[in-house]
Amino acid sequence: MKELSLHIMDIIQNSIVAEASCIEIELIESKSENIYSISIKDNGKGMSVEMLANVTDPYCTTRTTRKVGLGIPLLKQNAERAGGSLTITSELGKGTLLKAIFQHDNLDRPMMGDIAGVIILTAAANENIHFVYTHKTESGEYVFDTKEIKEALDGISMNQSQVIRYLKEMIIENLIEIHYSN
Amino acid sequence: MTKVKSLADLRKMKEGLESKLNLREKSNNPESLVQIRVAMATCGIASGAKTVMEYMIDELEKRNIEAVVTQTGCMGYCYAEPTIEVTLPNQDAVVFGYVNEKKANEIIEKYIKNNELVDGIIPVNYETIKK
Repeated sequence: MKELSLHIMDIIQNSIVAEASCIEIELIESKSENIYSISIKDNGKGMSVEMLANVTDPYCTTRTTRKVGLGIPLLKQNAERAGGSLTITSELGKGTLLKAIFQHDNLDRPMMGDIAGVIILTAAANENIHFVYTHKTESGEYVFDTKEIKEALDGISMNQSQVIRYLKEMIIENLIEIHYSN
Repeated sequence: MTKVKSLADLRKMKEGLESKLNLREKSNNPESLVQIRVAMATCGIASGAKTVMEYMIDELEKRNIEAVVTQTGCMGYCYAEPTIEVTLPNQDAVVFGYVNEKKANEIIEKYIKNNELVDGIIPVNYETIKK
């Protein structure tokens, strides 16, 4: 993947397949501590100890349509190449927390890319799932919560191009305000 | 256009749009609409499924076609990503492979508008592992 936002889009699909009803995405940028961290937490069905131990193996997948599962290994590779790490904790029946940490200034850290687009496209395509996207920088914090959005939209579907456009703009405006870096 | 920045702005925007959006209320009867599912697994995302999905959502609206665009997992056609599945009302689903913006345009113009088949269809009897 060329951009971290695409990794996030990919990892969220894992949570969706795990039947999560709430997915929390948290990005923390700290230039002073030289950290760019991505956490994705879900309340899906979780993984057994055996599955968890094998999950970074590219030949491990729950799919029946193909024999490889590259989503997590690719993210791990990118994190490690950028002086960071990937950790996953999971409990059967409770959910999973994936955390990928990058060095903020590392030249091998991929760009974040279109995170607003990723969040809104995923949320619009899965309206029954509650998404909370938190982005923290040293200048502030922005929280995008689909529960609030749904209340504001009052019955109108998120999955329409005009609404998607407005929501994307809203996220970008708020991210600019907290001086997010790409 | 004023910028949407807070939930209050969003509510204001919504009121302006409401009359238009209500006409397009989709959830009631999805069978009567064109349904498009974009394969969004690692393979799809890595080869540009997000761009295709954004293109589809924008272009279908611009061309006034009532459609629902959603995501699906990997359908097993990783070699042909990005793939999309198009279901026209009362017809069987058709899967197209190697979809970029140019192909997506062709699919909208020929298949969705005129029900003309275009190149790039993945036959349904194509065997995937353990299907």
